[in-house]
Amino acid sequence: MTDQREIALVDLLDRLLAGGVVLAGDITLRIADIDLVRVDLKALISAVGENVPSPWRQVNP
Amino acid sequence: MNDENLWYVYAVVRSPGPAGPPAGGTLGEGLATVDHRGLTALAEKVPATDFDEAPLRERLEDLDWLARVARAHHGVVAEAGRHTTVVPLRLATVCRGEQGVRRLLEEGEDRLLEALDRLAGAREWGVKLYVDEAAAPPAAEPAGGDRPDRAGSGRDYLRRRLGQQRARQDADDAAARTARHLHEALARAAADTVLHPPQQARLSGVPGRNVLNAAYLVPEEGEQRFRDALPPPDDLHTGLRVEVTGPWVPYSFTRTGPEEGTGP
Repeated sequence: MTDQREIALVDLLDRLLAGGVVLAGDITLRIADIDLVRVDLKALISAVGENVPSPWRQVNP
Repeated sequence: MNDENLWYVYAVVRSPGPAGPPAGGTLGEGLATVDHRGLTALAEKVPATDFDEAPLRERLEDLDWLARVARAHHGVVAEAGRHTTVVPLRLATVCRGEQGVRRLLEEGEDRLLEALDRLAGAREWGVKLYVDEAAAPPAAEPAGGDRPDRAGSGRDYLRRRLGQQRARQDADDAAARTARHLHEALARAAADTVLHPPQQARLSGVPGRNVLNAAYLVPEEGEQRFRDALPPPDDLHTGLRVEVTGPWVPYSFTRTGPEEGTGP
């Protein structure tokens, strides 16, 4: 399979967050129970933060 | 023996599973196998400080942590997929105790066996279509549009704006048409298809607007036919770009049950 270092995280997350068989059993928690919107939002903020300095970071050194 | 250990379950294969110790797994104490009635789970004992319900919920919103788990998950699944048919589990599937993993295999037996049969000998390919906005055909300027602005000519301004809007609409229509034709051609060469939501440029860091983000389940003997259905870059309109990823373990096609059958 593809060398994972070449794989973009966003392509991987497309598959890992939407794919994979979801089973019951003795699961404590699965990603489906997590608020994915918040995960996406967090990822987006972080991706943007790499290039754009966040204003509130500057007031909190 | 402490049965309260948490086990992260990566994937399920048909027993006897991999020969020798399975490779990969960096989330806990090392990858192990748990067998139950002809199915083998690739699993790993993981620390409760990260993977018990409350900390896991919190950690999953930390992109760096999520990325590390995603890469580890993929590492195990992809390595197993090199040797055998593998059914990946949803990211962060955590069971209580080895007994919990066995119960998971038992309760999921029918669906796991169905997926193992359906996915045997097939791999997933990702195909994305991008529109490069900057390279889209320039707005059709009305006659005289290249002359310097004449102050006060509201009509010229409106005409120019309408022309720009129309050109943009045409470019959008052309991209949507190309996406549809591309998807139809590829779907004919695939056993199944899934449309993922288009990726946001800010998240992917890839230039252009993503208008198609599709996954195709392709039997290995049909891969040449699938590749032949991909358009050569020169055949695409200016400003359109196709990106292919894979082959992947068929992550996008593990869904079983009534919602199955997204294919053509």
